[in-house]
Amino acid sequence: MSLRIQNDHARFKDIVRGKIKQNLKHYIKKGELIGKQGKDKITIPVPRIDLPQFRFGDKSKGGVGQGEGEPGDPLPGQPQDGQGQPGQAGQDAGDHGLEVDVTMDDLADMLGEELELPRIEPKGSKLVTNKIKYTGVNTVGPESLRHFKRTYKQALRRQIAMGNYDPMNPVIVPIRDDRRYRTWKVETKPQANAVIIYMMDVSGSMGEEQKEIVRIESFWLDAWLRRNYDGLESRYIIHDAVAKEVDKDTFFHTRESGGTMISSAYRLCADILDAEYPVADWNIYPFHFSDGDNWSIDDTRLCISLLRERLLPASNQFSYGQVESPYGSGQFIKDLGENLGRHEKVVLSEVKDKDGIYQSIKDFLSAGR
Amino acid sequence: MPRKLPPEMLDMQRQIETYARAAGLDMFDCYYEMLDFDEINMVASYMGFPVRYPHWKWGMEYERMSKSYEYGLHKIYEMVINNDPCYAYLLESNAMTDQKMVMCHVCGHNDFFKNNFTFQHTNRKMIDEMANHATRIRRYIDWYGVELVEAFVDRCLSIDNLIDFNSPYIKRKRKEEDGGTTQPPDKKRELGLLPTNREYMERYINPDDFVASQKKKLEDEAKKQKRFPVEPERDVMGFLMNHAPLEPWQVDVIDMLREEAYYFAPQGMTKIMNEGWASYWHAKLMTEKAMDSSEVIDFADKHSGVTATSPQNINPYKLGLELYRDIEDRWNKGRFGKEWNECDDMAERRRWDKQLGLGRDKIFQVRQIYSDVTFIDEFFTIDFCREHGFFSYEYDRKRKQWVIDSRDFTAIKTKILQQLTNFGHPVIRVIDGNFENRAELLLEHTHDGVDLDAGYAQDTLRNLHAIWSRSVHILTAQDQRRLMLSFDGSGFHERSV
Repeated sequence: MSLRIQNDHARFKDIVRGKIKQNLKHYIKKGELIGKQGKDKITIPVPRIDLPQFRFGDKSKGGVGQGEGEPGDPLPGQPQDGQGQPGQAGQDAGDHGLEVDVTMDDLADMLGEELELPRIEPKGSKLVTNKIKYTGVNTVGPESLRHFKRTYKQALRRQIAMGNYDPMNPVIVPIRDDRRYRTWKVETKPQANAVIIYMMDVSGSMGEEQKEIVRIESFWLDAWLRRNYDGLESRYIIHDAVAKEVDKDTFFHTRESGGTMISSAYRLCADILDAEYPVADWNIYPFHFSDGDNWSIDDTRLCISLLRERLLPASNQFSYGQVESPYGSGQFIKDLGENLGRHEKVVLSEVKDKDGIYQSIKDFLSAGR
Repeated sequence: MPRKLPPEMLDMQRQIETYARAAGLDMFDCYYEMLDFDEINMVASYMGFPVRYPHWKWGMEYERMSKSYEYGLHKIYEMVINNDPCYAYLLESNAMTDQKMVMCHVCGHNDFFKNNFTFQHTNRKMIDEMANHATRIRRYIDWYGVELVEAFVDRCLSIDNLIDFNSPYIKRKRKEEDGGTTQPPDKKRELGLLPTNREYMERYINPDDFVASQKKKLEDEAKKQKRFPVEPERDVMGFLMNHAPLEPWQVDVIDMLREEAYYFAPQGMTKIMNEGWASYWHAKLMTEKAMDSSEVIDFADKHSGVTATSPQNINPYKLGLELYRDIEDRWNKGRFGKEWNECDDMAERRRWDKQLGLGRDKIFQVRQIYSDVTFIDEFFTIDFCREHGFFSYEYDRKRKQWVIDSRDFTAIKTKILQQLTNFGHPVIRVIDGNFENRAELLLEHTHDGVDLDAGYAQDTLRNLHAIWSRSVHILTAQDQRRLMLSFDGSGFHERSV
């Protein structure tokens, strides 16, 4: 049943959507959304959506209550904004912030619209999902799929036509020819699978702030790619001088120290890809974040050859994000740029601070690969 | 779909209304409808009416209610509309005891709507009127597009607290001048001089300085006549409707929304009295008549929930209920009048009982001729305040938290009255519709100690500007400083005055 209010409700949701889009830049920067992620919905605090009126400032107003306490005692249970006004008409709306639930897909769409991201055209459609759909009726079939209503109607029609239907005693006896059965079709749908491999440098020079940037950025990258692929897998690799695969939680919260050998991560990444994600069936997105400080020129050279020979041929796009850190030299992005800058599958982006995340996401995703 | 009451509940209604009438309540006919959660949330979002004009704010309210219901934060038990016949809604899933209590409660509201003076001007066919408004606004949306109409409705709603709440009850406009006389102007009478036939007495009866002062008065008056509006106008919405450069459909929209604002105003002006009255009657009817012994616990549970007190705000149900009971008790025992007020012997006061038995009559009179402000002003006594443990609280800027400020009776009462005055909204009037001789709009906020919220004030000015289409200004004060806030279409300005 649909209620009359649904129209107003939908209109309100539209307005909320508009507001979220307007403020997307702010949300992207803040990263406060990440903590509010539910299963497939996310709760977003939306700035005031209401009808402004001349009204009193809350803080200078005070109020009257009832109960225990001496003057000077803190008020038991601090009042929420907008309370303490008994004279107000009926049901006043909650005054300030509003929390709305948005699905991740919606959010990703908004991101896409806001950043003007192109849709990704997936490669490899060999993996197929089969879905059975009941599409029609037939005169033959297994008894378990007998369509009772259609069978009954058929029998009724036949009996009326034959003139042996008695409305006073409406007994319908179906014969073999009356029987109707559901039939089905198998629908095949190409399914594009994708895997994101996040690699992050956790050497001593990557501080909390740098990791926070990576965290926020990977949240949005994940949201967008998830919108574009039905099955999306994420793998996480951290590295200092050696690389290891970890789970998501560890990825964002470990603090290691020590040197940096980026090649170790690339090698591990390539090994994982070889072992589990055949190029033909998977869309592969390695993302690597670091502060750009590598141990030696030799290792950088090794990285470049690893990229050229193993990672790039397998990937849809290889993305390197360099987060600015006070300790890093920031050399790595220059080396990559010199050697692979013109390679169409390589995207390099520098993130100076949280404000830079917005642009960086755009850099990574605007190729639409 | 709303459903009519099942027969056993119709019987229940008939029974309860019989009790209520016997107790002296004077009610409109009442129709109940049963609603499920979604429906009751919808109707509540529409402020009790089944049909309202399309607007997102109902949707927002609905979202909020459905959510807080989902989280178990609130539950609506009943709703009742000031209309003849009176319409009330029951939540289908409520227990029978609750429904009974709600019906008793509704009887109280119904009687209050019918008899309290503040409601006398309201349209008692408001359900129809609201539906008509909805149809008209829908039509404008069809004609002009939803964005345009909705934006205008938003603006009107942004000023729908700027009406003259008291205007239905007083004649504020000065008497229209007597129709055109053909007599030559009588200079003497115009000046308001005293009549005399003896010329030689003239100088003594109307001395020169008196004549001069009268002349000045007359000139001032003439100057005032050129002002626009002649007297400061509290019905800002009405002023804009009549004088802003608007399309005919816009005038119609603002007219409808203003009518709705005036319709709802009395409910804001009598929140404590109205809820108190209804609570008084549900308690009375239930405990004395309608309830059977098996329902006592459930009833007590619900009743104590409704009348729970809180340190953060006043519960109008509780305050109203206790005030009525206090009044009834005082008039029964004769605790009023000069003698009572002047008696300061505590022992005697405690014993005071003149056995007058006037309580019942008094509360019926009170429910008829008082509104919240006068109700509190007259019956919120120092004894009552102490007995019920009221206190006032303030925001402590140093400690960044709210603290109990005082238990001083005068302070508490002043605060309550301040919250009730003008609905708890700031008093704002149109001073000049031709400010600076540039057809700009000048408003004045009558500052009584509480500042306006600056952010809201700016947004409201923006909306006012959109209606008035020329610069708008408001005189107010902030942190003890008189200032004028202006919006000229491109930016906000603030200057001290």
